[in-house]
Amino acid sequence: MPEPLIQIERKPPQKDWRDPRVEFRKGTFCYSALPKNLKYLGLPNPREWQPSDADWKLPPDWKQILLDGIRERLQKYRSFRLFMDICVRCGACADKCHFYVGSGDPKNMPVMRAELLRSVYRRYFTLTGRIFGALAGGRELTEDVVKEWFYYFYQCTECRRCSVFCPYGIDTAEITMIARELLTLIGVNINWVLEPAANCFRTGNHLGIQPHGFKDSLEFAVDELEEITGIRVDLPINRKGADILFVTPSADYFGTPHYFTLLGYLMLFHEIGLNYTWSAFASEGGNFGLFTSHEMIKRLNAKIYDEAKRLGVKWILGGECGHMWRVIHQYMNTMNGPADFLETPVSPVTGTRFEHARGTKMIHIAEFTADLIHAGKLQLDPSRNDHWNVTYHDSCNPARAMGLLEEPRYILRSVCNQFHEMPENTIREQTFCCGSGSGLGTDENLEMRLRGGFPRANAVKYVKEKHGVNVLTCMCAIDKATLPPLLEYWVPGVEVAGVHELLGNALIMKGEKERTTDLRGEPLKKTEAAHA
Amino acid sequence: MSILYSLLAVSICLAGGLLAGQLPGLRWVAGVVVPYAAVAVFVGGLCYRVVRWALTPVPFRIPTTCGQQKSLPWLPHARLENPASTAAVTLRMALEILLFRSLFRNNQAELHEGRVVFGENKFLWLGALAFHYSLLVILLRHLRLVLQPVPAFVLVLQRLDGFFQIGTPELYLSDVLILAGLAYLLVRRLRDPLIRYISLFSDYFALFLLGAIALTGVLMRYIAKTDVAAVKQLALGLVTFAPNVPAGVDSLFFAHLVLVSVLAAYFPFSKLVHMGGVFLSPTRNLANTNRMRRHINPWNYPVKTHTYAEWEQEFHDKLVAAEIPLEAEHAGTVNSD
Repeated sequence: MPEPLIQIERKPPQKDWRDPRVEFRKGTFCYSALPKNLKYLGLPNPREWQPSDADWKLPPDWKQILLDGIRERLQKYRSFRLFMDICVRCGACADKCHFYVGSGDPKNMPVMRAELLRSVYRRYFTLTGRIFGALAGGRELTEDVVKEWFYYFYQCTECRRCSVFCPYGIDTAEITMIARELLTLIGVNINWVLEPAANCFRTGNHLGIQPHGFKDSLEFAVDELEEITGIRVDLPINRKGADILFVTPSADYFGTPHYFTLLGYLMLFHEIGLNYTWSAFASEGGNFGLFTSHEMIKRLNAKIYDEAKRLGVKWILGGECGHMWRVIHQYMNTMNGPADFLETPVSPVTGTRFEHARGTKMIHIAEFTADLIHAGKLQLDPSRNDHWNVTYHDSCNPARAMGLLEEPRYILRSVCNQFHEMPENTIREQTFCCGSGSGLGTDENLEMRLRGGFPRANAVKYVKEKHGVNVLTCMCAIDKATLPPLLEYWVPGVEVAGVHELLGNALIMKGEKERTTDLRGEPLKKTEAAHA
Repeated sequence: MSILYSLLAVSICLAGGLLAGQLPGLRWVAGVVVPYAAVAVFVGGLCYRVVRWALTPVPFRIPTTCGQQKSLPWLPHARLENPASTAAVTLRMALEILLFRSLFRNNQAELHEGRVVFGENKFLWLGALAFHYSLLVILLRHLRLVLQPVPAFVLVLQRLDGFFQIGTPELYLSDVLILAGLAYLLVRRLRDPLIRYISLFSDYFALFLLGAIALTGVLMRYIAKTDVAAVKQLALGLVTFAPNVPAGVDSLFFAHLVLVSVLAAYFPFSKLVHMGGVFLSPTRNLANTNRMRRHINPWNYPVKTHTYAEWEQEFHDKLVAAEIPLEAEHAGTVNSD
């Protein structure tokens, strides 16, 4: 057994937090954004640099740009101004952050993360700070502070867990979003966020897959599905006249284990005869603008409504994703609405009107599927998932920026026989982030990701040991990409799967051949038993 | 350092008050000028802060949801934790403000042999509640000094507060609780290395100041037995804008009054404004109706996007090769090529 690589030390902090110097140690930070990506998006200060360099090649007037940027945002966001003003440093948030729990670094306490920016706010924007400086908690804005901001605001996954516990609802995600927006003004950002953003702007999706690649990839899934089920499903792309536009994160058709969830969607849509279409243009539900700036959210999100309008659909259905749903639920209609050219979503199978989405006109596939199951419209054989002992990881954004908690659980309980919840302090609104959200899921940042994901993995370990859980289901593309290495490190032997993958396993399709494997090609338990 | 500085600052205020009480020339300043100035700064400053927050737009609807959304009618909607109506938001806010509900959620995550273990931690909630409610009761009790006749509810409150009838004058529960609450908050800040790490001058200053106010108050009531009639005469003079400083008012009272004045004047410029701010927090005071109704951003502006037409133009040949349908007019131009 390999020696544990990660030691979590919780020593009382030694030096004063006002000292901004940080050490950029390999494995704990993300590489800088490539100039081509900044140029493509028209963002400032494209250049070659790395966080480990001494000279970050900031623009000469970087300080003024940042201070002007702060002033502008104080005038635009009540959240920002208020959260700068009212924190009492009670420390209730301290041990709520997965990065703090996993790293023991006191500057990863949400209160401290916010203080990094708040101290500069006090120094330059409050009366007491301008007069009394450090005594009033103010701090000079220096290049070291910029580096410190970069380090710690790219060590926050905008998961909002701290905001659940804050007596004033101070949301570090909001502060991190503003801080990253400020850093973007001087060209300080990371490639793992900016490259997907640039790709998404150009091709329609994060992975930069061009239309023919998009179609190939989906066709491959259709072929594979035919092998598993004996049924060839339709693959409508950019089809005018469809009732519904389906938008999902691009990882679903290019990543594993996302891919098995894609198979589940295709099976479901075929089985209920859904009149829908994919779009090669709106081929991404995710939105890395959320990790760049509010303006970038809007720029990347615009294509969803534009495409719905162009294709003339009635409403939009969205796939399994985390931050995509924060954008769709909390930003899309405000930014790019009103969606008055669409209709309130109505399930063509059950007739259910999704009144809660009457404004945005977009519903989550878990809402759609839960309704189908509840109305008895799907034939399900949960025993086809008997090789899985299931638990469910609430993704941060659907949990804390939406409240999508019961729909996936209802689906899971309907499609599998063994389901166990993780401890209550680690699920639902208290769920722990995978540690790689908000664009931090890159390999050079692996140590920090493993640290940040530690509390989540720890809860998985608990149910693995107690109940024999062997699969962690989730509904977030970033989770599906980053939980497998996390679990491999902390809890070997637990797989990661999407909710609609398990639905696909259980779904009995009309005219299907006898299923001997699940969507992964693994033999089903009853088949195994028959052969034994 | 910030501990010493804040202690020093509070001591100076205290000494200043005591001294002013002894010097005839300063009694008027400490008893009339300082309180009037402090109240003016308090009211003006607090209004400024709250109005400035209120005038700052809320561009996006960003409630933190802590329970099941209102979606399918057969799923149990968490009305309070994920409010979908103004009434539910009001109730959520009321519980937040009156009972510190989010703080009640507090737990403690600790590492034990490589495991994260969650423990209960309600002490912060209890300490905060004890302090804030005692402060409220004490403030209301003080109405007897500025209102004549004393309203019935103040008398009732006073009787309830002294319910246990310990000693003479009877011991007020609120006096005990506020000192206990402040002591807990201070000890916690000093002893927990993490909380100490995040604490600033203003955190200690507020605690020491409130502590000094409570202690001078307690001293006046139980030990020094200040001349309440004289104090009331002074207080009534202040509120009726006919200020006078009776001879019976002693130094301890001046110290108390100066400390309170400092607190009032400091209030709007410090973290103490959380009192007003908590009402305006957009993660708590908005209903999660995002997909039901469009939230308007007053400064929403057009942005540069990559339009479908541009996209189709760029990938035209690949779209044709992949037999993905094009927009009609483009399809026409292709054929003519």
